[in-house]
Amino acid sequence: MDKTGLVPASGVAPDGIALIELTDSGLYCRAGDFHVDPWRPVANAVITHAHADHARAGSARYLAAAPGCSLLRHRLPGAAVEPVDYGEPRRFGPVTVSLHPAGHVLGSAQVRIEHGGEVWVVSGDFKRQADPTCAPFEVVPADVFITEATFALPVYRWPDTATVAQEVADWWADNARRGVASVLFCYALGKAQRLLAELAPHLDGRPVFTHGAVESINAVYREAGVTLPDTRRVGDGEQDYREALVLAPPGAGGSSWMRRFGEAATGFASGWMLLRGNRRRRGYDRGFVVSDHADWPGLIDTVEATGAARVLTTHGQSDLLARYLAERGVAAAAVATEFEGEGDATLQ
Amino acid sequence: MRRFSELYQALDATTSTNAKVAAMADFFRGAPPADGAWAVHFLAGRRLKRLVGGARLRRMLVEASDYPEWLVLACYAEVGDLAETVSLLLEPAGADGAALPTLGELVEQVLLPLADCDEAEQGRRVVDWWRRLDRRERFLFTKLLTGALRVGVSQLLVARALAAAFDLPRSVIQQRLMGDWQPSPAFFEALTRPDDGSVEISRPYPFFLASPLDRPTGSLGAPGQWLAEWKWDGIRAQLVRRRGQTFLWSRGEELITPRFPEVEALAERLPDGTVIDGELVGWRDGVLPFAALQRRLGRKRVGPKLLAEVPVRLLAYDCLEIGGRDIRGSAQAVRRATLEDLARRLDGGTDAAGGPLTLSPLIDFTDWDALAAERARARELGVEGLMLKRGDAAYEAGRRRGGWWKWKVDPYAIDAVLIYAQAGHGRRASLFTDYTFAVPDEHGELKPIAKAYSGLTDAEIRELDRWIRRHTLERFGPVRSVPAQQVFEIAFEGIAESSRHKSGLSLRFPRIVRWRRDADAASVDTLADVRRLLTAGRPDPVAAAEDS
Repeated sequence: MDKTGLVPASGVAPDGIALIELTDSGLYCRAGDFHVDPWRPVANAVITHAHADHARAGSARYLAAAPGCSLLRHRLPGAAVEPVDYGEPRRFGPVTVSLHPAGHVLGSAQVRIEHGGEVWVVSGDFKRQADPTCAPFEVVPADVFITEATFALPVYRWPDTATVAQEVADWWADNARRGVASVLFCYALGKAQRLLAELAPHLDGRPVFTHGAVESINAVYREAGVTLPDTRRVGDGEQDYREALVLAPPGAGGSSWMRRFGEAATGFASGWMLLRGNRRRRGYDRGFVVSDHADWPGLIDTVEATGAARVLTTHGQSDLLARYLAERGVAAAAVATEFEGEGDATLQ
Repeated sequence: MRRFSELYQALDATTSTNAKVAAMADFFRGAPPADGAWAVHFLAGRRLKRLVGGARLRRMLVEASDYPEWLVLACYAEVGDLAETVSLLLEPAGADGAALPTLGELVEQVLLPLADCDEAEQGRRVVDWWRRLDRRERFLFTKLLTGALRVGVSQLLVARALAAAFDLPRSVIQQRLMGDWQPSPAFFEALTRPDDGSVEISRPYPFFLASPLDRPTGSLGAPGQWLAEWKWDGIRAQLVRRRGQTFLWSRGEELITPRFPEVEALAERLPDGTVIDGELVGWRDGVLPFAALQRRLGRKRVGPKLLAEVPVRLLAYDCLEIGGRDIRGSAQAVRRATLEDLARRLDGGTDAAGGPLTLSPLIDFTDWDALAAERARARELGVEGLMLKRGDAAYEAGRRRGGWWKWKVDPYAIDAVLIYAQAGHGRRASLFTDYTFAVPDEHGELKPIAKAYSGLTDAEIRELDRWIRRHTLERFGPVRSVPAQQVFEIAFEGIAESSRHKSGLSLRFPRIVRWRRDADAASVDTLADVRRLLTAGRPDPVAAAEDS
């Protein structure tokens, strides 16, 4: 996986240069002079979503989908962020760029790049499952599709989200009966809000307690018009947590912040929890399988639906997905990016 | 099998020991004897005799799935467990409404008969069951087919659950679980029947396990309250002599009598109703290195040549039963005196090493400093360190702290550089956790010196995993090579020449002590440095102890 000479000759724009190439700063469109999710400061950054491995500080100008701009400003204070509505075209020189819902988190986008009649689409992170907190994924026809591959193995098939919400509710009820808090770890941006919305039918008016990192993102979601159930920040006033459900980022596990709960049951909500080895290794009492990335059927169906003749795969199981697609007659290759999918967020 | 599958889920979903014991006790209370017996069998970590090999199962899975073989193998590499891969990879089953067999029926009528089928028939039957079962049951079915359950319960916890379910003392259950048994309804009924004090003649006692010494010796009290012995680098074993028969048990509760005919022959002179605890060591004019003993392991029958090259003895250090009486509750010092008395009666006290009982000698010491000096000689004597046994300690079951301490010598340590990484299995699947380390030879060429799997914190493992993913040079199947940049301090317990290793050396129990972020690859030890750790000869520690 050579980082420089990445994009091979096929799928070439009319002027003879690949529409997107990989530079030291990331995915670069030379014809329009902009980067998609650059990992170094650049002049023009088109951002797919606000997670740390996709939205990095220091670039001069950012373009992002309007529903996600408040999140992006929250993560990159002081950044010059220009909002653009889903589907609304923007010109970068001769290149037309538009953003389309990716269904990953609030305001997440695929980037459609058109030049001289050829269309490239960068998926960013995406999922195909319904999510009450963000716009659903939209299939965008493409000549070349650059897709994420975080969970590109056929063992990854997500269970129905409502079933998982029921499991969380049952677990919580069990713990409450024993008089211990239920601390559910999940990524603070996106996953926590999705869980809150999915758990709403099980709350019966009870508030959900949240870690400060989750609560500050909740506020951004609410301001953006997303309906979330009643939440209370842990530590605001005297509280009895013995029957509480608490959402916290994984980094809070094992910290002094946890002490206030005394004996607590711990759970982790992530696609990785599908594997028993991960559940056991993490040392949580329970794992709940909820991911904001596409599972295997989601990836394969999406690649097919775009009609792309060429597919480039990034992060996660990029080699495997490229090989599988190649064997099915799609021109496919893996791209070495610095995106990290769902794994890295555990270290946040 | 549905109840057992639910029990498995319950055990897997909790890290609480009490919750696990409660779940098992619930299961045992309501289990028909055949199911109870098989459940004990599997939960205690036993497995079925291999019915279908792993390679054959993988072929079945490739055929049953819609995916190319390489992708199925990639899934297996990611998941780290074949049964789980099967349960996740195949399409979810449509419940056909047919009743499932009980655990006993599943094992006896479905699994065991597979042994009599040819490969094609095995494949038909296994795939048919895979399609009938739901994900969880399919997982359990395949687990039972391939090996042990490994669900985080030990035989000790199973004993606790049985004791709770049937209101019996734990020690009674533990002893009934020792040794050889078949998972039959009769076994389960005998296991759970009320206590009548009888003992089956072959049955050993649960081993008392020492804990690593974690405090200064000064805090242990007066040296006179303690007995000190060498900690032998051999195989822990119990020798049972009852009604004219001899049974030699390993700590893994395996009956190993036929593998050690010389021990069995010497034991014939022991009186009936005697149980001795000790260490099996290779012995020719003294203790042979563990590497020699290793040649005797893994062989069910030992030929005359090997028997002559590596004769084995049991170095006795405890007496658990004498005259048919269980004396485990007596003080350590009393049991030691009983053992010495027995040895004297047998050979008149003339030549301990020539009689049926070779005693593990006590080390005389009057103050802790003197004992520390003895310990410093351990490596040169070819032993692992010292054992400290409190004079008034009873012989407990399992690992109980306070009575027996193992005070091992500090391990060897070298700095080596990471060159290969491989994803782990089970708990560590999907992370690169199995590392190969190298040191340069005289030409500066890196030679693999050790593989290590443990020693880093979870955070370090994740960090190193990310580094490996970003710096992969080459992939050889599941193995990745990385630039020789990350240096680790590797500790190990022993070192021996080996023709099977590229470095010419094999290390015992290598593990990572720490990630040397301060060091670069040029500063690691060389192969010549490591070779110097080979000790030339080993004097006889028994003689040395008797001299001192």
